[in-house]
Amino acid sequence: MTWKPTKKLFALAMAVGLLAAACGDDDDTTTDTTEATEQTTEDTAAEFEAGTTMADIAEAGTITVGVKYDQPGFGLQNPTTSEVEGFDVEIARLIVEAIGEDVEIEFVESVSRNREPFLQDGTVDLVIATYTINDARKQVIDFAGPYFVAEQDIMVRADDETIESVDDLNGKNVCTVTGSTSATNVAASAPQASVTLLDTYSQCAEAMTDGRVEAVTTDNTILAGLVQASDGEYKLIEAPFSEEPYGIGLPKGDDDFRNFINDRLEEIFESGEWAEAFESTLGAIGLDTPEPPEVDRYTETPPAPTTTAAP
Amino acid sequence: MDVVLDNLDVFTRGMRTTVWLTGLSFALALVVGTLVAVFRVSPVPPLRWVGTLYVETVRNTPLTVLFVLFFFGLTKVGILYSAFTTAVIVLGGYTGAFVGEMLRSGINTVSRGQAEAARALGLTFPQVLRIVVLPQALRTVVAPLGGLAIALIKNSSIASVVAVKELSYLTGQLGNDTARYVPVLLGAAAAYLVLTVPLGIAIEALNRKVAIRR
Repeated sequence: MTWKPTKKLFALAMAVGLLAAACGDDDDTTTDTTEATEQTTEDTAAEFEAGTTMADIAEAGTITVGVKYDQPGFGLQNPTTSEVEGFDVEIARLIVEAIGEDVEIEFVESVSRNREPFLQDGTVDLVIATYTINDARKQVIDFAGPYFVAEQDIMVRADDETIESVDDLNGKNVCTVTGSTSATNVAASAPQASVTLLDTYSQCAEAMTDGRVEAVTTDNTILAGLVQASDGEYKLIEAPFSEEPYGIGLPKGDDDFRNFINDRLEEIFESGEWAEAFESTLGAIGLDTPEPPEVDRYTETPPAPTTTAAP
Repeated sequence: MDVVLDNLDVFTRGMRTTVWLTGLSFALALVVGTLVAVFRVSPVPPLRWVGTLYVETVRNTPLTVLFVLFFFGLTKVGILYSAFTTAVIVLGGYTGAFVGEMLRSGINTVSRGQAEAARALGLTFPQVLRIVVLPQALRTVVAPLGGLAIALIKNSSIASVVAVKELSYLTGQLGNDTARYVPVLLGAAAAYLVLTVPLGIAIEALNRKVAIRR
């Protein structure tokens, strides 16, 4: 009978080994963007210093960008063409255009949960996916932008008169999605609210119709799409309680690339191309074109919030 | 790893809910499974059909689908359970189908002669099962049932899709709040090991204790 514990120990050792191997992978996942750029074509060589990410991309002729595939107005896959369309996609085009006219963009679906991992392991070069800039995320990746500032608002049933501000959410059930900043914000603003996290906003809307939750909260841009699709069943309370600056995520420490994107953003803010992109995408679902936001060229990474306020 | 150590309370809260969820579901699964097994070996054909229908439907449906169906579907017919209750029903009902099949195979290991002898002594069918067959059948399936219980601990993580605040749900949220998914997920994996490894050892001990020595 003595062989049994031995076998178990062996299995345990294997498991521990696997974990250790996985741990080790954590921080040495540099991308291979440092590949030699000896054969840089003439026009890109003139524009970018060799060794910069821009030069590498121009030389490779392709860039991989993570976008949402399920977010009306920002990044939504068109079911007939299977092309992804929206404001984030247009921003990606406008930025990549400046690297090289003929650089091809490969879009990759990035859900909220895999945005940081995708940037860290080099699956994507950029993430433009309704990606709120915050300090926790700045620890592991960097943000260019913001290129848009959304506000967190609350959606309720059209006949609901009891919720008029975020304070009214205390003691109520409120739904938002996993992997977003919305839950953290609502927990901070209405600590007595019970927060339910589901996978998608449409599930949240359904949970509200079913009476499981009294409200749905997230960025007003997203809620606007849901309200429009609901045929008068839901309404926005229009009492925003936090600002959500959307940034462009890029691998940590690539300051040249970040400056380049920030410069380009200011360029398109100025030229009106940004407003044009807005009108053709978010404008089409009923949003007024705002003033472009101010780019935040932060130089120091703020300290990490290591504990969580969320329930 | 700081992010795990600084938030140990999140892990312990999650583990507590996971333990409750698994325990209640497994208890329900044993009840459902015993009924299913009895139905499937019963001499009454319609009962056998019901048992088979249950096993084949439930066993062949992905757990995630069952969760979403029960969470959003029951409300459409006017039944509103809490997410936790929904999760216990779904996990218990799902695992019950597997328990039923295991018990049935256990019942089949008890030689036919015993059941016939019991019948000859004048025991009714329920008595034959309860007094003669099931006690022996249960002993032979302790190890596979234990394996099922371990699988159930891990399956319970799917309850996170309907917002039950168990280990996967809370650690997923922590990963998002801190933007450190990899260390947090490794912490969650370790937390599951803390639950499953001792259970495995306990099952092995129980199995040795109840084994039929031949």
